[in-house]
Amino acid sequence: MAKYVGQRVKRTEDPRLITGLGHYVDDIKLPDTLYVAFLRSMYAHAKIKSIDVSEASHAPGVVAVYTGADIGSKVGPVPCAGALPGLKVPDYRVLATDHVVFAGQPVAAVVATDRYAARDAIDLIMVDYEELPAVVDVEQAAKGGPLVYEEYGDNIAYRLTSGEGDIEAALKASDKVIKQKIVHQRLIPIAMEPRGVLARYYPGEQELTIWSSTQIPHLLRTQLAIMLGVPENKVRVIAPEVGGGFGSKLNVYAEEALVGWISMQHGKPAKWIETRRENMQATIHGRGQIGYIEIGCKNDGTITGLRYNVFADMGAYLQLLTPAIPTLTGLMLSGCYKIAAIQMNVTAVFTNKMSTDAYRGAGRPEATQVIERAMDLVAAELGKDVVEVRRKNFPASTEFPFKTATGLFYDSGNYELALDKALGMADYKSMREAQKKARDQGRLVGIGVSTYVEICAIGPSQATPAGGWESATVRIEPTGKVTILTGASPHGQGQETSFAQLAADELGVDLNDVTVIHGDTSIVQYGIGTFGSRGTAVGGTAVFNAIQKLKEKATQLAAHLLGVEAAAVSFKEGRFSVEAAMAATVANSGGSKSEPRTSISIQEVALAAHVAHKIPPGFEPGLSATNFFEPSNFTFPFGTHIVQVEIDKETGEIQFQRYVAVDDCGKVLNPMLVDGQVHGGIVQSIGQALYEEAVYDEQGQLLTGTLMDYALPKATMIPWLELDRTETPSPVNPMGVKGIGEAGTIGATPAIVNAVVDALSPLGVRHLDMPMKPENIWRIINKVN
Amino acid sequence: MKKAVSITVNGTTHHSEIEPRLLLVHYLRDVLGLTGTHVGCETSICGACTVMIDGQSTKSCTMFAIQADGSSVTTIEGLAANGALHPVQEGFWERHGLQCGYCTPGMIMSGAQLLERNPNPSVEEIRHGLEGNLCRCTGYQHIVEAVQHAAGKS
Repeated sequence: MAKYVGQRVKRTEDPRLITGLGHYVDDIKLPDTLYVAFLRSMYAHAKIKSIDVSEASHAPGVVAVYTGADIGSKVGPVPCAGALPGLKVPDYRVLATDHVVFAGQPVAAVVATDRYAARDAIDLIMVDYEELPAVVDVEQAAKGGPLVYEEYGDNIAYRLTSGEGDIEAALKASDKVIKQKIVHQRLIPIAMEPRGVLARYYPGEQELTIWSSTQIPHLLRTQLAIMLGVPENKVRVIAPEVGGGFGSKLNVYAEEALVGWISMQHGKPAKWIETRRENMQATIHGRGQIGYIEIGCKNDGTITGLRYNVFADMGAYLQLLTPAIPTLTGLMLSGCYKIAAIQMNVTAVFTNKMSTDAYRGAGRPEATQVIERAMDLVAAELGKDVVEVRRKNFPASTEFPFKTATGLFYDSGNYELALDKALGMADYKSMREAQKKARDQGRLVGIGVSTYVEICAIGPSQATPAGGWESATVRIEPTGKVTILTGASPHGQGQETSFAQLAADELGVDLNDVTVIHGDTSIVQYGIGTFGSRGTAVGGTAVFNAIQKLKEKATQLAAHLLGVEAAAVSFKEGRFSVEAAMAATVANSGGSKSEPRTSISIQEVALAAHVAHKIPPGFEPGLSATNFFEPSNFTFPFGTHIVQVEIDKETGEIQFQRYVAVDDCGKVLNPMLVDGQVHGGIVQSIGQALYEEAVYDEQGQLLTGTLMDYALPKATMIPWLELDRTETPSPVNPMGVKGIGEAGTIGATPAIVNAVVDALSPLGVRHLDMPMKPENIWRIINKVN
Repeated sequence: MKKAVSITVNGTTHHSEIEPRLLLVHYLRDVLGLTGTHVGCETSICGACTVMIDGQSTKSCTMFAIQADGSSVTTIEGLAANGALHPVQEGFWERHGLQCGYCTPGMIMSGAQLLERNPNPSVEEIRHGLEGNLCRCTGYQHIVEAVQHAAGKS
């Protein structure tokens, strides 16, 4: 058994974080720093007739005030990486000029000598707006409604049809076709650390350094170089400690470029730290789909076809991946079932709201919600058990790689194994029996099942806008310490630990002798970043591959130092040894007085590689290896979640009684970290299912703009989560890793909704939209609209 | 108009001239350079800014520094004693009670306060005691285990 890999190794990140000694962006202090605050549009849709900054400019401590007119084309537009046919991409300027399209859009920037002065001066800027009608509802926006952009003539960002198979024929040949409208409400990601940017420009060196709370330092560097017109090799982006992301920091934001530009104007450091209110208004939102499901089935429960017509809310602008998110929904509509014909028709619309984009799961939770709700609808229609209907449509474990009608090849899977394990843990049969008794007593008890599959390890480069590979450099320093430079950009996932575990085992060194460096574009070779559950499956594989290259090189030198051919050297637990048979030959051949060495440690080899006094011909000094790993496919983790709830008939409150989850993320490097990812994901799902919703009023004002109004799950709202795993390795990478970052937010929501629907099914309920608030449930129970 | 205050932080008394409107969290972070106390919401909801004032856990983002005049404040940087981690800090490390680490200092301060008031809390009592602190990464279960671990040690 490996010493570290597969073990519950405590995190190497933690000592600095539990003592308050980590450095997030706002913890980095530079002398003479200027503070930036933004005036943001109070209207969701308006013309800007004039802006008067004279009073603000003369306020105490204020150094400068900038408006869109000052910026002009000096800073390029906020980029969108989507490239769909017919996509309309609005010109997204870092400060609005004459037109604002969402409440919270930056209109002016105040630069001052301290953060209080900057905030004070914001209130002194006078903007004369002419308010325009806002379009908020997605279906109204699709039909016409007020236009976000007059010049487009409609609010349609793009339309797309995807899927394979003859859906018309499939639905026609079905015994039953079930229809259901489904709402995936808008969510606000809310990383606990809001965004923040610190920029420092050195006019002499013409170097711009930007510390940003980002998940993608290298991609951000490229985009900032383009936006600011600074050569990319003069821009350094550093993602220091990043306090959570969940996709919300997988982006390029106006403020990141603007703070950089401000630093360049003044030749001083400039800092902006987002307030929570700004974070809720003007950092990307997630989900935001309203769809219509049609699912066809045979009377025996066989699914014949699935159509999903969906209106996807883009918001006013397209951020980095905004238009791409619904396409991920289309890819995953088959769930873990054999469905011959699938069609998705997307109508992506502009609304006067903040952009949607990747929030943990990014399009896949919507797909899972669609198919897992649909499976329950089929079961209810046919009077069958929800487990039976699911099992009937699973591909067998021997059918992988499994091709879906959405164009994917699932790498590996054993859906029945995970299902059976979860059923066993939950004691599903007894659960159902107890439910029957409870119902006989008039209690509202429900059981929900979700058998999910998700798409991870994003991804092959062909399937991504800008590279789906990942990079790693592994080197052994002269003193024998191991340094890993990863292009991944972990921000809580714990890869400083799991990558060190990997290296420590592979190189036979102590875990504490390995340091993992990430998030600094001047230190680390180009990388893609951490999102789409790719950190370990793609980034970890690059580390693994680099280590293998490093060992090959070290073996060459070790053989040279030991006086044998490389083939005669074996490596184990940190030592290169001459194979036993060969060792005897070496010992007998010499005649010299000193005993020839038969083994040498990797640390000694590292020193020899740097000193380079005795190296074989053609051997490059130093001991370092780099790998850029391009995956051949995505990976497809899966699992089963089973939830039992009871509803309080008096209040409509939902009480969890059991939560059982069996997840399969392939090979596990650190089970403790995997559990943590699953816990966090499930709780964000509980948030979506029961509490969270970004609510805008008809004028486009965000009503849930503070944490008082937007309900995040608290410690008291969460049941004890009973976890287990199955382990089906992925054939896509040498370690067999799949990814676990988003499984919880993908697999859990439908299980919770299915449980609540099941609890209310005696009252004739067959579907509920999220969040399932006590008030709504109370109305159903009491037949009050 | 600046005012003179005298505030003891982690055992050291600081005499400072400060604006009356300066928030305690900004005093700790920007004046004293103790950046372990974080700002997460500016509205007392998230608890990332939790510190102890005269032994009582307090959210420092909605309190003026001047209100702490004459008080003794303990921040996350002052929790470990003589180089030994506080049992709650140890628990968080042992039981993977943190991921991104941003809520962690406040969470640990609240956990420490909880155990001072109730050395052997049930799971329910731990969850209740941490209700004023939000975490978006961990789903709270490992945090509950971390506090349980600390209760077993302290």
